[in-house]
Order: sequence, then C-alpha cells, then structure tokens
Amino acid sequence: MFGPEEGHYALALACILALAQFILPLRGAAKHDRRLLMLAPLLAVSQLIALALSFFCLVWSATHDDFSVQNVAANSAIAKPLLYKITGTWGNHEGSILLWALILGICGAAVAAFGRNLPAILRARVLAVLGGVSAGFQLFCLTTSDPFARVWPAPPDGQGMNPLLQDPGLAFHPPILYTGYVGFAVPFAFAVAALLEGRVDAAWGRWVRPWAVAAWCFLTCGIALGSWWSYYVLGWGGYWFWDPVENASLIPWLTGTALVHSAIVVEKREALKIWTVLLAIATFSFSLSGTFLVRSGILNSVHAFANDPARGIFILGLLALVIGGSLLLFAWRAPSLVAGGMFAPVSREGSLVLNNILLCSICAVVVTGTMYPPFMQLLFGRTISVGKPFFDATTIPLTLPLLGAMAVGTLLPWKRARLSPVLRRLRWGAMAAVVALGIACWSLSGILPILCAVGAVWVIGGSLTDLAGRLGLSHGFSHAWARARSLPRSAFGAAIAHIGVGITVLGLTGMSQAQHAIVEVHVGQTESLAGYEWTLLGVHEEDGPNYHAMIADISVRRHGKLVTVMHPSKRDFAAQHQNTTEVSIRTNLISDIYGVIGDRHGTGANATYVLRLHYNPLAPWMWLGGLIMAIGGGLSLSDRRLRVGAPKRAAQNEEVVAS
Amino acid sequence: MSELTRRRLMTALPIIGAGALGVGFWKMLGGMGSGNFDPHAVNAPILNRPVPDFSLPGLPGMGDGFGSDTLKALTQPVLLNFFASWCIPCVAEMPELREIGKRIPIWGIAYKDKPEDSVRFVQRDGSPYQRVASDRSGLTAIDWGVTGVPESFLILPGGRIAWHGTAALSMDTLHTEIQPRLSAAEAGK
Amino acid sequence: MKRAPALALGLVLIATPAFAVDDPSEMLPNKQQEQRAEAIGAQLRCLVCQNESIEDSSADLARDLRHVVREHVARGESDRQIMAWMTARYGEFVRLKPRLSVGTVMLWAMPVLALLAGLAAAATMLRRRHEAPPLSEEERRRVAELSNATGQD
Repeated sequence: MFGPEEGHYALALACILALAQFILPLRGAAKHDRRLLMLAPLLAVSQLIALALSFFCLVWSATHDDFSVQNVAANSAIAKPLLYKITGTWGNHEGSILLWALILGICGAAVAAFGRNLPAILRARVLAVLGGVSAGFQLFCLTTSDPFARVWPAPPDGQGMNPLLQDPGLAFHPPILYTGYVGFAVPFAFAVAALLEGRVDAAWGRWVRPWAVAAWCFLTCGIALGSWWSYYVLGWGGYWFWDPVENASLIPWLTGTALVHSAIVVEKREALKIWTVLLAIATFSFSLSGTFLVRSGILNSVHAFANDPARGIFILGLLALVIGGSLLLFAWRAPSLVAGGMFAPVSREGSLVLNNILLCSICAVVVTGTMYPPFMQLLFGRTISVGKPFFDATTIPLTLPLLGAMAVGTLLPWKRARLSPVLRRLRWGAMAAVVALGIACWSLSGILPILCAVGAVWVIGGSLTDLAGRLGLSHGFSHAWARARSLPRSAFGAAIAHIGVGITVLGLTGMSQAQHAIVEVHVGQTESLAGYEWTLLGVHEEDGPNYHAMIADISVRRHGKLVTVMHPSKRDFAAQHQNTTEVSIRTNLISDIYGVIGDRHGTGANATYVLRLHYNPLAPWMWLGGLIMAIGGGLSLSDRRLRVGAPKRAAQNEEVVAS
Repeated sequence: MSELTRRRLMTALPIIGAGALGVGFWKMLGGMGSGNFDPHAVNAPILNRPVPDFSLPGLPGMGDGFGSDTLKALTQPVLLNFFASWCIPCVAEMPELREIGKRIPIWGIAYKDKPEDSVRFVQRDGSPYQRVASDRSGLTAIDWGVTGVPESFLILPGGRIAWHGTAALSMDTLHTEIQPRLSAAEAGK
Repeated sequence: MKRAPALALGLVLIATPAFAVDDPSEMLPNKQQEQRAEAIGAQLRCLVCQNESIEDSSADLARDLRHVVREHVARGESDRQIMAWMTARYGEFVRLKPRLSVGTVMLWAMPVLALLAGLAAAATMLRRRHEAPPLSEEERRRVAELSNATGQD
C-alpha cells in the first residue's frame, strides 16, 4: 500500500504538479487569466499532498524494515528503536532532500492557505516561484538522489545508523533547521514576484516580514539546537567550531536577521526597498548554496556527506537557475523600482541601516573565511586553513558595535530623532553596563570577553528600558499591567528578542572562561576543579539494546556539601565498531558541570580511569538566549497586525501605535 | 554617470559576484572529477628541499636502518615510502610496489608500527624495499610532513626531495609523475 | 587512517568521537606551560581530520603533534618558534589563522572592506536624499501652470 514504488510515483506526481505550479500561474499573471491564477493555490495544496504521501511511504518502508529499499538498508536496522527508524529517514542524504522538498511544499501550501488577502496576481507569482524551486528539488531527488531505489538481493538486516546520530536532539534538529532554511524561500518568492511585478511598497514589506520572522525563528532554534547537540554529544565541551556546516547555517541567519530588520523599514518608511529585495534573495540563496556546498565535497568539514560529482553538477545547475535567475532578474528590474523615501541618520531607520551594515559585514567575513581555502587552492594552488582563531578575531570586533547600537536603536523614534533624550533614557542601562564592566574586569580574563559582557548587559539594559517605557512603568505597576494587555504583542517581541541576544552573548562570554581538567583516577580518588571536589565513587558496566556501556558515578561537592552525583558513560557499539561517550551534565542554569569518562587503564582494583571534568560558567545561557530570541520572534508573529496574510494594501497608511 | 546607469551597475554587482563564485565552483567540481583539484590536499613545504635530519633503526633481521646521511650520500634516485602493517591501502599498494621496485629502488619506513608486525608485513610476499627502517614514534614522519600512510617521496642524488605523493603508488603514478621528474633532473644536470 | 577508502556515510558523520586529550600523562606538569601548549595547539590544524585543532582531535597524528608542541614548550621555545617549526613541516595549511600574505590580503581586509563599503553606500544614500529629486514631467508642467497663473502680474 505504502511501498517505495508508490512513494516514487507520488514524488513524480508532485514534481509534475510543481512544474504546473511554476508555469501556469506565471502565464496567468502575464495574460491576466483569472482561472490560471486561481489554479496556483490548488496546485500548491495538491503538490503538498503528493509529497506528504511520498514521504510517508519512505517512513513506512523504514518502520516496516523493508531492506529491499537501499536507503533503509544502508541507514536502518531491525534492532534500531522505532523513534530512530522514523527520524533516520531524514538522517541521510536522500531522505533529507525529500524532507527539504516536503517542507518547501508545506511553505507553498501555507502561502496558499494564509495568503488569501494577497492580491491574486502577487499570490500566484509567489506560488509559481515556490513551485519552480520545488520542482528543481524534486527533480534532484528523482534523478540523482532517489530515496526509493531498490537493492537486490535484499539484505536480511540493515547496516544500522551511526550511533552518534541516535539521539533525540539530533533526530529533531534537521526538520527545525530545514524549516528555517526553506522558510526563507517564501520571502525569496515574494522578492522575485515583486521584481516581476515591478513594484515594492510598504504593503510588500508587511507581507514579507511575518514569513521572514517565522523562518528566522526556526533557523535560530535550529542553530541553537545544533550547537547544544554538539555540546552534549561530542563531549569535548565545545559548542561551535566554525565548521563550514555550521557557517552554512550562520550565514543565512545573519542575512535573515538583516532582512527581518530592513523589512520593517520598508513597511514603516518605504525606504531600503531594493536592498530588502536583495536581502530576501540573498538569504535564501545562502540557505540553498550553503547546505549544498557542504554536500559537494568542496568544503572541508568535520561533518562528512557522501560525495558524488554527478550530484555536485546537478546541484550547481540548480543553484545557477535559482540564484542566477533571481539575481539576473534583480539586475534587470531593480534599477527601475521607485526609490524609497528620505531619512535622517539619527533615527530608527538610521539605526536599522547601521544594523544591516554590521550584520552584512559579519556575514561577508564568514562567507569569505569559509570560501577562502578552496578559492586559494584554485587560484594560487596553495592550501590554507581558516578556522576558529580567525573567525574569533574578526567577527567579535564587528559584533561589539552591533551590541552598542542595538540598545540605542530600539529607543529612537522614526524619521528624525535626537540622540540626547534617548541616551538619557538609557542611563540605567549605562549604569548596569558600568557595573558589569567592574565585575567583568575583576572576574574575566581577556579584553574581548570583558567588552562582550559589557555589551551584552548594555543591550539587556536598553531592551528593559524599552519595555519599561512601553509599559509606562513609571506610572505604577497596575497601569503597566493594563497597558501590557492592551499593547500589541509585537511591541514586546523586538525587546524580548534583543534580551535573548544579550543573554546568548553573556553565555558565550561565560564559556570563554570555562575550566577543564583531564585526570586519571582510582575509584575513590578526589580531584578539585573550579571550587568543586569531584570524587569517582565507582564504575559499573551495563548492557543496552545494541551497546555495552561503562558507567561512572562521580560525586561533586562544594565546600563539603554534595552538589550532585553524575553518571557519565561510555558506550561501545560492537556492530558499528564505534564508541560514543554519554556526557553527564548538571546545570543550575548559571553554570554547567560536565563530566566525561574515558579509557580504563589496568584491571581489577588497580584500574584507573581517565575523566574529563569541565566547569562551564553561563553555558546554559547560550541556548536559553536562542530560545528567548525565538520567543521574541514568535510574539511579534502572533500579533494580530502582523499575522501572516492579515495586512491589506489599504493598511499601509494606518498609523502604527507604539512604534 | 547618470543616476540610472549607476543603479544599473550597483544592481548588477550581485549577479557578477555570484557568477564568479559559480564559475569557481564549476572549475573545482570539474577538477575534483578529473583529480586535478583536491580541496583536502596538504601542500608539502618539503618539496625541493634537502631531506630532513633523522636516523632510524632497522627492522629485526632486515639489515640496518638508515638516516639522512645515508640518503644524502646516494648517487642514484630513490623512492622513499612510508607504510604500516595496519594500513589497508598499504596492503593494496604492495604488488605495485614490487613492480615499481624493479625500475627504481624503494626504501621503506614503517610508520608507528610494531617492528615484528612490519617484518611480517614486508616479508609476506617478498619485500619490495631495498632498505627498511622503523619509525616507531612517528616523529620522523612529522619532520617529513607526513600526515598518513602510505606516502612517498622521490629523492634525487644528493638528497633533494623532488616529488611527494600522498596516495598509494602505482605504475601509473610512476609513468605520469615520477618519470617526468626524473628526466627533468637528468636534463638539469 | 586518512587513506582508508571512504565509508558510505550518513547525513553527518563526526570523524572523531569525543575526547581530545585522552591521556593526562600528555599534559605538562607546569600549569602555565600546559596552558600555553593548549593555546598553541588551538591554533594548529589537525591534518587528518577536518577543521579541528589538534587540541580538539583524537586522531593519532594530532596526539603526536600535541606531544611535540608540549616538548617544545617545555624546552622554552616561543610561540612563534613553535608555529614556524610546524609550518616548516606542514605548510601554511597547519595554521588555523592564516598569516597575512599577498594571497590572504583579501581575507584579512574583508571585515574593514565590508564595513567601509556598507558605510559608503549608506552615506551616498543619505547625501542623495538631501538633494531634492528632479521634477517629473508632470510636476514641471504643474509648476509652469502655477507660475503662469501667479507670475504674470
């Protein structure tokens, strides 16, 4: 019923529907044919149904252990837990492309469903662009990465999955991250549609922003989740390695953040229009090219993908069509777009321009650093490495002014402003920053961490000032509560997202001060690190479903008082000849204590164990901040005025409250 | 320059940039397909330099080891091959090495290997090596810039390093890469 | 090792599981020296893994290189000397932070270039906004009409 052939057929059907979705509405828009225009949402929804069926078939094959499907045979096994049989379908190249296509289908259907208030022609064009991108993906899937390919004879059992990937955090990481990447296809489609139409106005900014914010929230969560995963799974206490795969997610996040901000300027001031269109194109282009370049084998990455030159060529062709096509259209149509209104440098829009400049500079640095080695090799025949030390040295100095401007920017009024009243309002934030400077100088080592901590406190202080001002806290709490209920939720979104940024930066700063020790101890021996006494109480062994584990019990005391007992373990997956370490992390939300058990030396009573002990101050804040950022984005998204599809063109002149 | 021309130029910049990147990627993918471009390659700075100083013991029962002095005193070219018994591509390389050894002498250095394992490995089907030394600690290999096994170097008389290969040796490599360098060295003399 | 045939991999395969320095005896007894060795190691690329420093990698070669770095630190060599020693053997590739050279000028200049380009673009935008935009055909006609109506007397 839901076999691989059905899945393959459904995928082919979806591809045809996507092609129709690409061609017919564009024709309809050109000929002003209402019937063709009305076809677009219908096609988008039916394409999604076909795709969902196709994806379900793949999941069905995996959960029913159909090892005649090559993809299942290579990535699954009978003994694998059901959860990972399901999530394993997107834990490989072919399946992940299908998931990608499915999410793109969902985005298209979402535009069809929520975009009822869009002008018919614009909606048809947006859907057509999404259909075109979809068709490209599905063709890629069908021609070079068929997830439904059969293998004969079918093996009795599959090869299983990399044990490192058998982790709930990683299982749900790709869907969230991909939703972020793919979500930016919608702003991209809006940008292309606007270029086709030859008009960008405030209403366009309003339509684009919720989609961009939604994609941004997912991407933020995806990056935070990925970083958290490497923190607790890889077990060496790191969380971000400036690896090309990580950079591939950071780059669209940076341009996406710039897009979310510049779209506000389009909406409120009808300025930065051409720039915003370019950002929308660039963000999705980076999402696309980043994820695909790491699959082509050009970039050196810790995360290896199966490489295949034929795939690389197809990918490059697809990228050329999508990115090259849209940028050509941009070069052709953008000069004739009506330029935006005027503004003063000291104003809300001025600060947003500064935000864009800084974010895009950071982005340019990350792109250059990531792409430099292969181009150096190509042009000069010399190999170089660009790693963490380079990125730390270049991106942090660019982040500091960004933090400085963030707090001021949100308090500046639109059009024309004076700096002094804003700075006066910020006096509490400034005082907090000064106090932070004192504490930082006393407790942190290194000039950059100190500046980062001060910047983060300044941002949080500024955002709290902003919130307090909006709520009218100076008139008492009951007044503030009444205002909190009546104010639009988006009024809080930005401030909360900015607080999230500050918290993340504090977390990163804290982590720069992390301490660790590697010790070799007997059972019963105590080591001290960062004011804690760590005692290895004992080690025992245990059998899991498909592994053998060595589990340590480590008590951690502070001033003689028991803080916690940790149970880090080491798992030996005999079938895959692979070991994994299960880190034990105890957090009190201010700091993490983090223990790993390594090799055993010797046997019996003389056995010693290698332990890796970490004290990571403020580590949880890195991800907590990410979550708060996403919550801030979600809050502004839930606002009635911003809700996807709600704004009408007529709304553009509406005077905006509280902004 | 008129306003419109200026805007046209500005809006054309992204496609020009993206196009340049695209052409670059196209070349890279093409190069990776044909083997001319390897983004994972490590350039060896050791090329065209004299051999680094070292002195290694031999393997039990397989004669004395050798060192930089021995290599510098050579009067004919030699291929130096780093290998290990635990390395699968080295096993695959062996038959080819025996063939190549008939054309040009090969000296071997066992990398991070137990001497008795190396001896068994080398003598299983007849040793392709004229002389073998053992680099148990792997520290000499670091001086040579070796990152893995097998790796090979062409050493010209006087001890100059003329070629560095990071893949398993084959007759094909001998013809396309080693021979031309040998002839060039002959001509240059 | 490196030359082993590529395995069929899943979505992501972390080349090296956990545990960089997995043997405490590797560490230098002198705490300051050990910290220096770690700082140097963090600048050196593990050559057989991708994009990791030798401090982060559990590969065999990385372990050897860590050992070498610690030997040199214990011998009292400067950071610069140790980096030069490594570069002499493995080339610029071993440095995770490339040195400034003709080839890497663009890399190091990028932060400043990008910032300047952005600021310059914003500045031109602001300057132009202050100049009144040229009148359109219709506006000109309207001005002419108005001046005809009022300017004749």
